[in-house]
Amino acid sequence: MGNVLGLVFANMHDMTVGDLTKNRTMGSILFGGRYRLIDFPLSNMVNSGITNVGVITKSNYQSLLDHLGSGREWDLARKKGGLFILPPFGHVGSRLYRGRIEALYGAMSFIKNALADYVVLSDCDIVTNMDFKPIVAKHVETGADITVVAHTGVFRRDEINESTVLSTDADGRVRSVLIQPDIGGTCTASLNIFVMSKKFLIDMVQDAMARGNVSFETDVLQAKCGQINIMAYEYEGYFSKICSIASYLKANQDLLDPANAKELFKPKRAIYTKVRDNAPAKYDLDSKVTNSLIADGCIIEGEVENSILFRGVKVAKGAKVKNCILMQGTVVGATSDINYLITDKNVKINDNHILNGAPSYPMYVGKGASV
Amino acid sequence: MLLAGGQGSRLYALTQTVAKPAVPFGAKYRIIDFPLSNCINSGIDTVGVLTQYQPLVLNEYIGNGQPWDLDRIHGGVHVLPPYEKASGASWYSGTANAIYQNINFIERYDPEYVVVLSGDHIYKMDYNKMLAFHKSKDAAATIAVLDVPKEEASRFGIMITDAEDNIIDFEEKPKNPRSTLASMGIYIFTWSKLKAYLIANENDKEASKDFGKNIIPDMREAGEKLVAWRFDGYWKDVGTIDSLWEANMDLINPNIPIDLYDPAWKIYSRNPVMPPQYIGKSASVQNSMITEGCYIDGSVEFSMISDGVTVEEGAEILDSILMPGCVVKKGAKVEYAIVGENSVIGEGAQIGARPENIVDKDTWGVAVVGHNINISAGAVVAPKTIVSEDM
Repeated sequence: MGNVLGLVFANMHDMTVGDLTKNRTMGSILFGGRYRLIDFPLSNMVNSGITNVGVITKSNYQSLLDHLGSGREWDLARKKGGLFILPPFGHVGSRLYRGRIEALYGAMSFIKNALADYVVLSDCDIVTNMDFKPIVAKHVETGADITVVAHTGVFRRDEINESTVLSTDADGRVRSVLIQPDIGGTCTASLNIFVMSKKFLIDMVQDAMARGNVSFETDVLQAKCGQINIMAYEYEGYFSKICSIASYLKANQDLLDPANAKELFKPKRAIYTKVRDNAPAKYDLDSKVTNSLIADGCIIEGEVENSILFRGVKVAKGAKVKNCILMQGTVVGATSDINYLITDKNVKINDNHILNGAPSYPMYVGKGASV
Repeated sequence: MLLAGGQGSRLYALTQTVAKPAVPFGAKYRIIDFPLSNCINSGIDTVGVLTQYQPLVLNEYIGNGQPWDLDRIHGGVHVLPPYEKASGASWYSGTANAIYQNINFIERYDPEYVVVLSGDHIYKMDYNKMLAFHKSKDAAATIAVLDVPKEEASRFGIMITDAEDNIIDFEEKPKNPRSTLASMGIYIFTWSKLKAYLIANENDKEASKDFGKNIIPDMREAGEKLVAWRFDGYWKDVGTIDSLWEANMDLINPNIPIDLYDPAWKIYSRNPVMPPQYIGKSASVQNSMITEGCYIDGSVEFSMISDGVTVEEGAEILDSILMPGCVVKKGAKVEYAIVGENSVIGEGAQIGARPENIVDKDTWGVAVVGHNINISAGAVVAPKTIVSEDM
């Protein structure tokens, strides 16, 4: 797939998980013990043979730049193609983009210069291990203007609330589009991954900008549904959608089922991430750990159950950690007892504290806080 | 200059297909990560790695040196196997000969000092401190020494020094040691001096082309200034099955002063691309180190578990080392053993045993299963046994 350009939108859906994106982009949200959400679309692109990738970002992108570096960890430090980070391009009349169309318009010279016939666009809200090759092949075969990767199934109301819902005919052609409808149940929801020809993409963006349209979903998918050929590609693989703090907790905890982890972490289509050279995780004499994902660099002296511990987390003697996500560098003090807690980076829970969240509303502790 | 060419024959099945420096160590490392990380942490960014025996895994592992930050425009890490010259080709016939054959490599960087290291030691050392000592003494050669207990001294090369740390004599594995300062196999040389002695040694047809046997004695006889630099941290030679096992266990012993979690002195390694370790619902893990890609659903105690290892439900791992990719099936027991890379221990098999369960203590020792070995269900591998074929 040498002729495909990848575009990753790092900031889309930032608002849905407000606390987690206070100081970072959606793409740099920590996930699954050692990843950031952008690792999934980037790895999927590389594993699908797409080695020319632009990452479009808008704000809060310091952590993103730190994470991506030259792109070497994704094998994207290349002479031909490779990784390009595209922050807002400052020029007279420019401003922070409001929608996907403006974001693409800001990256237009990069897109125009890319040696590619097709473009795969992906957001960072879907955690999946997806092969884009059959999707691009299907796009070429059907001659569609836009192919939308979608899944038909039962969705929760909060997921649909943040989704674009499609209704298709028997051939998979999209006949109507609903944006963030207040429904739940069985439907076909967009996974925010799209394929277009480069030419169509450029024409579409220029046309939309000329008309003052900024939203790809409203002004293109919905408004032009009858005029252009939009096809849905039914994706049957494992995925989870991050659209709230509760769904973030659930998506992480889903990985505690080895069957799900197997679908996401395939040895031949590995998920790449930045290497931090932590020592292995160390378990103390009194540690008791069950059903948890533990990253390197953790030192565990207490009890951990149904939890995800990122790199360098310390759980002191007598502490109990249940149903938690503890991000990089979190320290849980001796005999503290925490349940349904999400701690951001470098949080310190001091000794003898009891903190409880709920499955539907996990308690979130912000970056660097000392409790 | 890192000497990594040795066969490591005393590690038997573990070094049949890989050179000793490439043997997995400490759950996520290979032995060579320690000297390489010491180099970069000491600011040495030009490193030659001398390889000869089974270099494939080692070459692949070192690659361009990027994991150790040794991919440099000037310098960096270079793997140096023996090569054919106009005068003919020859293997490295000794540690000194290996350096001699790479004089051209060293001269390209025009160094004032050369550090000569072994690829089979586990320790954290700031070579800068040793170099500062070497400079302050205006020595021709400085040998790092460790003050060992008197009863262990006869296992080492022993340096006898005067009050000024000048080396006045030395003895190899003496029965009645006159000093307790053991050579660590770490040398700093003033390059112009070393070069002259290497060339002289090479011209001596009778010489065994070895640092300990030739170069150091030659320098002493010629009256060069040789000094001993005392190191007081943790250091272990991992040349035997027992010492390899012990050094691994040292990492989980809180009384042993080697800290892998110090952000100012990280030990770097080529990281596998794997998800975090999963500790299952039936698992019990205590006093162990485990790394990425592991699936643990059995019991693990006092053990080092490398990347991508599977320990199934009901399996028991005690005081053992599981190298990358190995699988221990349901109900199998691995006790006081080392299991090589990608080996599979079948259901209910028993590898090794606890010393307390053995009547004749002389028959007890660490059991070893080599790399890529299948042990069938229910099989028993006795303690001290070395398995290098499927059973």
